Amino acid sequence: MANVLFDHVSKSYPGGHNALTDLSFEIAQGEMAFLTGHSGAGKSTLLKLIMLMEKASQGQVLVDGVNLARVSQRQIPFHRRRVGVVFQNHQLLFDRSVFENVALPLRISGYTSRDLERRVRAALDKVGLLNKEKQNPIELSGGEQQRIGIARAVVNKPSLILADEPTGNLDPKLSAEIMNLFEQFNDVGVSVLIASHDLPLINRLPHRVIGLNEGRLAGERPAGERKSTASDDANRGQDNGQ
Amino acid sequence: MANSTYNKPPNKKAPSKPKPSAANKRSSITVQGQWQAYLQHHKLMAVDSLQRLLSSFGSSLMTWMVLAIALSLPMTLYVSLENVKQLSRTWDQSSQMSVYLKQGTKDRFAQELSEDLSTWPQVQSVEYISPERALSEFKASTGLTDVIEGLDTNPLPGVISVIPRLGDQDSGALEALEQKLLQQRHVDSVQLDLLWVKRLYQFMDLGQRLVWALAALLGLAVLLIIGNTIRLSIESRRDEIRVVKLVGGTDAFVRRPFLYTGIWFGLGGGLIAWILLSAGLYWLSGPVERLISLYGSEFVLKGLGFSDSLLLIFDGVLLGWLGAWLAVSRHLSRIEP
Repeated sequence: MANVLFDHVSKSYPGGHNALTDLSFEIAQGEMAFLTGHSGAGKSTLLKLIMLMEKASQGQVLVDGVNLARVSQRQIPFHRRRVGVVFQNHQLLFDRSVFENVALPLRISGYTSRDLERRVRAALDKVGLLNKEKQNPIELSGGEQQRIGIARAVVNKPSLILADEPTGNLDPKLSAEIMNLFEQFNDVGVSVLIASHDLPLINRLPHRVIGLNEGRLAGERPAGERKSTASDDANRGQDNGQ
Repeated sequence: MANSTYNKPPNKKAPSKPKPSAANKRSSITVQGQWQAYLQHHKLMAVDSLQRLLSSFGSSLMTWMVLAIALSLPMTLYVSLENVKQLSRTWDQSSQMSVYLKQGTKDRFAQELSEDLSTWPQVQSVEYISPERALSEFKASTGLTDVIEGLDTNPLPGVISVIPRLGDQDSGALEALEQKLLQQRHVDSVQLDLLWVKRLYQFMDLGQRLVWALAALLGLAVLLIIGNTIRLSIESRRDEIRVVKLVGGTDAFVRRPFLYTGIWFGLGGGLIAWILLSAGLYWLSGPVERLISLYGSEFVLKGLGFSDSLLLIFDGVLLGWLGAWLAVSRHLSRIEP
């Protein structure tokens, strides 16, 4: 079953700006895909539609077979709990520890502290930051903060992870590490959709690429293909060196 | 599924690591567990919001003081009114009519008249005070024994003291009763001691309305103060609210810490108001009681009873909660991720 299905979706904002126009694609359960396009191509809008931060003007968006147009205002939080999101600026809360940041989705979903502690530690372990749980995220580096953001996105064990420019502020090496983390989650069956314009990085990876241009589908590269470029090889050399 | 094992970057860790799988293995949350977590979160939010208030103690204290003053003003008026009521209860007996008999009326006729009057429906009780008794009471209360001993005859008339039936206090009925009494044989005059009592009751009625009006106005002030404080608190936690909504927090979840903040403000305000009032009453009780004792009345200044104290503090909490609720429902919907 398709995890995410866009069926002739258009989104226009008041004032006549068309963010997305007649967009159709699907992402299968367990698939990993990149969403590319220059700024303003509609990547963020697309993710917002999946998160129900916006509603489609036309067409249908289905997540796990649920038509999002039929999700009532009261049901929106429960829909969001099924999707993990990672942001470019990671949106961590600096008034609490790393542990509490990651625990937030679990507190919301109604886990008792014992279950919660176990899951938070498992998520932090997965992103390699178990030893930082008591620190404030502000003390951590940009890459570490993004990992915390990822831990928070996966702690509730979503079947779908969305990421909006997760490597936007990171250098190539850290970006590769972050992508690697996403691949690990994908390996265990989680669908991953990453909006990014970091083409060198995307080109090195073998995943499906969905291109957007001015709100329309603009070319697609199926999974398994990748471009090998000089810069790519340089990056690989860097990765090997660590 | 995408073939993610194909051409992996070399730094990738082996995916076969025995970690709990991220998908398809959602442990189900039992209803009981969810209830426990719900209570846990309430506790957490209650403690957290109190800690936040205490961490900015200076500004919280100012808010508490303002709330306390707003809460204590109507309560002060209420307590004063309760005390006047208590005082006036002893004067209730003054709402009697003194029926003066003509000089020289025989005791026998006076007794007959009293018995007759006591059967009237608009009369609650009667008491005949003979001239002799009146004289001895007068002697006892004034201490003018020598002067009275010097009198040849008893100058005091017989009096029948009539207490009208309660509920018949509207002036028309009382005046009718007065007229009827005047028409009786042996009756010289009827004195109605009622007017000033009625005035007092009118004043107290007015006072009670004032208490309500003041309570309503200041209650509104409390709502506005708390609403505004909560609004600022919402503004300062805007990012947090956005994140919480993004990861699936319900409105109730988002509202919770702010409602607790309101409750703490209300509780603090109520407690401080109670302390202010109790201290004020204690400070006043000495002089007031001495003053009243000069009028020969036994009076103890009535403080805040247990139920009044509870009411004051509960009102504070209720207004705090309500103010927070209004602010949150007004401002929260504007913060959307």
